[in-house]
Amino acid sequence: MQGEKTPYWLMTQKMMPQRPIVKNALWAFFVGGAISTVGQGVLWFFMRHGMTAKEASSPTAVVMIGLGALFTGLGWYDRLVKRAGMGASLPITGFANAMVAPAMEYKAEGLVMGIGARLFTIAGPVLVYGMAAAFVVGAARYLITGVA
Amino acid sequence: MSVKQCGAATYAVSGVYIQSTASVVGPKEGHGPFRGQFDRVWEDEGSHAASFEKAEQQLLAEAYAIALQKGGLRWEDIQLVIGGDLLDQVITTNFVARSHGRPLAGIFAACATFTEGLGLGALLVGGADVGTVMVSAVSHHATAERQFRFPLELGYQRTPTSAWTATAAGAVVLSQAAAPLAVESVTFGRVVDLGGKDPNDMGSAMAPAAYDTIMQHLKDMGQELRDFDAIYTGDLGHFGLTMLKAYGERQGTPFGAELHDCGRELYDRDRQDTHNGGSGPGCSASVFSGPLTRKLMAGEWHRLLLVATGALYSPTTYQQGETIPCIAHAIQISRGRAHA
Repeated sequence: MQGEKTPYWLMTQKMMPQRPIVKNALWAFFVGGAISTVGQGVLWFFMRHGMTAKEASSPTAVVMIGLGALFTGLGWYDRLVKRAGMGASLPITGFANAMVAPAMEYKAEGLVMGIGARLFTIAGPVLVYGMAAAFVVGAARYLITGVA
Repeated sequence: MSVKQCGAATYAVSGVYIQSTASVVGPKEGHGPFRGQFDRVWEDEGSHAASFEKAEQQLLAEAYAIALQKGGLRWEDIQLVIGGDLLDQVITTNFVARSHGRPLAGIFAACATFTEGLGLGALLVGGADVGTVMVSAVSHHATAERQFRFPLELGYQRTPTSAWTATAAGAVVLSQAAAPLAVESVTFGRVVDLGGKDPNDMGSAMAPAAYDTIMQHLKDMGQELRDFDAIYTGDLGHFGLTMLKAYGERQGTPFGAELHDCGRELYDRDRQDTHNGGSGPGCSASVFSGPLTRKLMAGEWHRLLLVATGALYSPTTYQQGETIPCIAHAIQISRGRAHA
């Protein structure tokens, strides 16, 4: 059986249905763009009420995370990502989706071993490697420019 | 009644009959191409239950109840229950057994569980004089998603070859009392692993296992493909069935119009967004217990080979880079000429 491995798998790879890459990319571009445009609108809203761009970025993130969580709770966000892929996963609303979806899913196992233990099932790797990358980049910046 | 071993892996059984079948499915399955051919269709995936695990148990309990009712039987008439599901520790089948209280043989062969159960049941009824056996298999989309994939509300893109675990249960009562549908032979498959690693493409990984079992069955029984009105694999889906045909062609056995797949036909891919098609133990169990049984009973077919296919992996093994071992078990069922 093992001897047949290569020819069968070559055949499988050759016949594998292709992902609709162009369609997916267009969806990702427009949905990702739309989410970012909404975020920009929220940022401008806070700036219009007297905040600087830097001050406004935190409440903007809070609002976008809130929207992502709300749409996840309503069962809409997964449908959006299904079409838009990274266009909807990459913005901070997608991060909210990755946190709220496990919270909803593991509610049945209780507050501690369910939600508490498994909240970071999806977002955990993003946080771990995000922080690791931030450390490396920050250290490199400090070594090169001397700015902490 | 008798059981006779034929060849390396096949047992010819006589005097084993299907007393009744029952199928209970979710809304997506009930509104697909087999609409109107299941015994009961749920209006939703079971959101009334405290958890989807409990919903899956209810799905199975309803299939049991309908199978008993259609056969004019009570639980006391069942000597043995043989069944399985996809969840760790076979929890659905085991937990439902708390309420029926009958002797239980819980089994696991992933999505090939149903034909493994039918095969074991047929051997026991035909060869060991066990009177009446209930065979079942069940799966639920939401419980399988959480065990094998992601939380339900997490957004991600499925690949074109990823399967959709069916919310479905099927149950069959076997006994020696003469009935229109008879189990004629059983072929137990062996594990075949041609190196497939992608849990989002189980169809192509399982196709060689299905081929191996079908060929073994034909060889052991001295049959040809055309001896069957239909051969239904379990859940190879669109791509898996395509690969089975291509693989058969390459190995020198080109399949014809008799070859079908339960998972491929359970959903309308274009309308229901199910990608490769249905999977899960409940897929072949419900499709056999509903639509396929109807075709046999209506006299459209006389002989069917049901070859449920299973990918025997766990989330642990594929994360550790293991390939996916696959298996298929075949059951030959016919409608007696005397009853036609």
